[in-house]
Amino acid sequence: MSIFVNKNTRLLVQGITGKEGQFHTRQCVEYGTNVVAGVTPGKGGQKMDEVPVYNTVKEAVAGADANTSMIFVPPPFAADAIMEAADAGVELIIAITEGIPVMDMLKVTNFLKNYKCRLIGPNCPGIITPGECKIGIMPGPMHKPGGPIGVVSRSGTLTYEVVHQLTMQGIGQTTCIGIGGDPVNGTDFIDCLDAFEKDPETKGVVMVGEIGGSAEEEASEFVKENLSMPVVGFIAGITAPPGRRMGHAGAIVSGGSGTAEGKIEAMERCGIHVCDNLGTLGQLCTKVFT
Amino acid sequence: MKIHEYQAKELFRKYGVAVPDGGVAFNVDEAKKVAQTLGGYPVVVKAQIHAGGRGKGGGVKLASSLDEALAFAEEILGMNLVTHQTGPEGRIVKKVLIEQGLNIDKELYLSILPDRATRKNIIMVSEAGGMDIEKVADETPEKIIKVYVDPLAGLSAYHLREVAFGLKIPSGAMKPFFKLLQGLYKMFSDYDCSLLEINPLVLTKEDNVIALDAKVDVDGNSLFRHKDIMKYRDVDEEDPLEYEASKYNLNYINLGGKGNIGNMVNGAGLAMATMDIIKKAGAEPANFLDVGGGADAEMVENGFRIILSDKNVKGILINIFGGILRCDILATGVVAAAKKVGLNVPVIVRMEGTNVEEGRRILSESDLELVSAVDLQDAAEKVARIVN
Repeated sequence: MSIFVNKNTRLLVQGITGKEGQFHTRQCVEYGTNVVAGVTPGKGGQKMDEVPVYNTVKEAVAGADANTSMIFVPPPFAADAIMEAADAGVELIIAITEGIPVMDMLKVTNFLKNYKCRLIGPNCPGIITPGECKIGIMPGPMHKPGGPIGVVSRSGTLTYEVVHQLTMQGIGQTTCIGIGGDPVNGTDFIDCLDAFEKDPETKGVVMVGEIGGSAEEEASEFVKENLSMPVVGFIAGITAPPGRRMGHAGAIVSGGSGTAEGKIEAMERCGIHVCDNLGTLGQLCTKVFT
Repeated sequence: MKIHEYQAKELFRKYGVAVPDGGVAFNVDEAKKVAQTLGGYPVVVKAQIHAGGRGKGGGVKLASSLDEALAFAEEILGMNLVTHQTGPEGRIVKKVLIEQGLNIDKELYLSILPDRATRKNIIMVSEAGGMDIEKVADETPEKIIKVYVDPLAGLSAYHLREVAFGLKIPSGAMKPFFKLLQGLYKMFSDYDCSLLEINPLVLTKEDNVIALDAKVDVDGNSLFRHKDIMKYRDVDEEDPLEYEASKYNLNYINLGGKGNIGNMVNGAGLAMATMDIIKKAGAEPANFLDVGGGADAEMVENGFRIILSDKNVKGILINIFGGILRCDILATGVVAAAKKVGLNVPVIVRMEGTNVEEGRRILSESDLELVSAVDLQDAAEKVARIVN
């Protein structure tokens, strides 16, 4: 089992003919993901390798029965692409694009309230159910299929680091999700924790947060109230200076809120096993999960 | 992207938001010209830097005559202004805004900003405007009124009423206040502001509502659709190394001060975590540097140069998790860049991920003194050895 994606996922790629879109589509196909369609306006009727390309998402859904979309559209057009996918009936949208204006994402997240669909990202590495389905830009081979641990994170390469350490310890993963480093995103920690709790195969979760906002604090309360499985937590940015955006648009300590200390304190208070040294996260997971 | 008060006020004027008469001056001669065009005294001389708290730091002065105004301009231009927002190193003032003094009746606070938690825009106002607004927010948060605006539906008349009655705007000033708030909200939306703040917004004895101050920060991700304000970018207000890094698409932040270990990492989250590891090892991170997913030899080379131009740096930790960016390509880049730049401090390289064996081989076969670390724990111990 897994959450959100599995071998039945039928993926379409928006922006499939661009440089990034092509490269990562091929990587996903190679991993075994069922890529059924691509969308690039004006290139309908062509093919990217074996994948049929359509002009609109509606056509791709009708023609190839796609139920999930991965978005590689550049920032000025990404909000439009997300709304197009939702309006075409796509159930799960994974937006990889980095650099979408905050105002666009405010509008998009309000727009999506009228649709029964889930957005993951933007500015994220994507989602992978090891051995079944990879949607995104993460390196596939380092993952270990079969569970029992779920991973949810605001970061990209930091997630790879965590997954690598789990695999090195012989701990497999059910599903790994990057929810993205932007201040306004679709799926949050709580959505993922809730889904992991309901997944019979997932027996524990690693939650990787960073400075900025209050999502980790709220997720910690959720863990305390709702999770029956152990959770290991890590927060990046203890040494980040206030008032500066640390690479991710959402990673900023402002007016004394969003600090790493506050998040770690909340995690500890809610019974999460906090890792204070990333170098030993794998060992801590072995101790907590096995 | 932050812009100056005088630039923000230019935008305010376009949106029908009342501001005091005035103009910017880069030297005392220009200050004289501006002061003489105003309708008499007092006038206010205000330092223009990208930081708040200017009044308390001595960068805002009220002058009752031309001579006094010019003396203040002389004093403020070129001064190193230290405020709670500039940090102890302060900021050199290169321009001043000269403005007409007003008959102030009441000082209010107003700001508009996007709220990540509710996914709405917040209009935040308070009757307790002025220099101590941060204290008000801390100690008496009930004095701050928040009105939430749906970004899709936009500003409605009831929002205006909630704000105006909340601020106890006198009936005579109601109409100009509505016009001001509508203008501000439109400008906030049009320009993708991540913050639009006026402190103080003043009510005059003549029932006018005037933006005495203006602080505007525009979402850097939105600049592709705001080419017209790129002219407002002031590189004098940016850290010289950060400005240099931005030219090579390197995401670099100079942590300044005590930092003694530089670092180069791919990905923002891992870069932050790497800074934390350096600190935990007993050293101080000198910078944040995310080379991104597509780093090549040229980017690595520029990264080295920028890190090494900080003379406090005693060592560099490179931490790369190869995914799309393959370790062998990175290793080749590191070797080439290190030879070109001429390293004079130890460099610890920790690589993991795609093609890591090949990458490690390239590093060990180079005649450079690169220290290889097998994992993060090992890297931390090697960092500790440099500083101890």
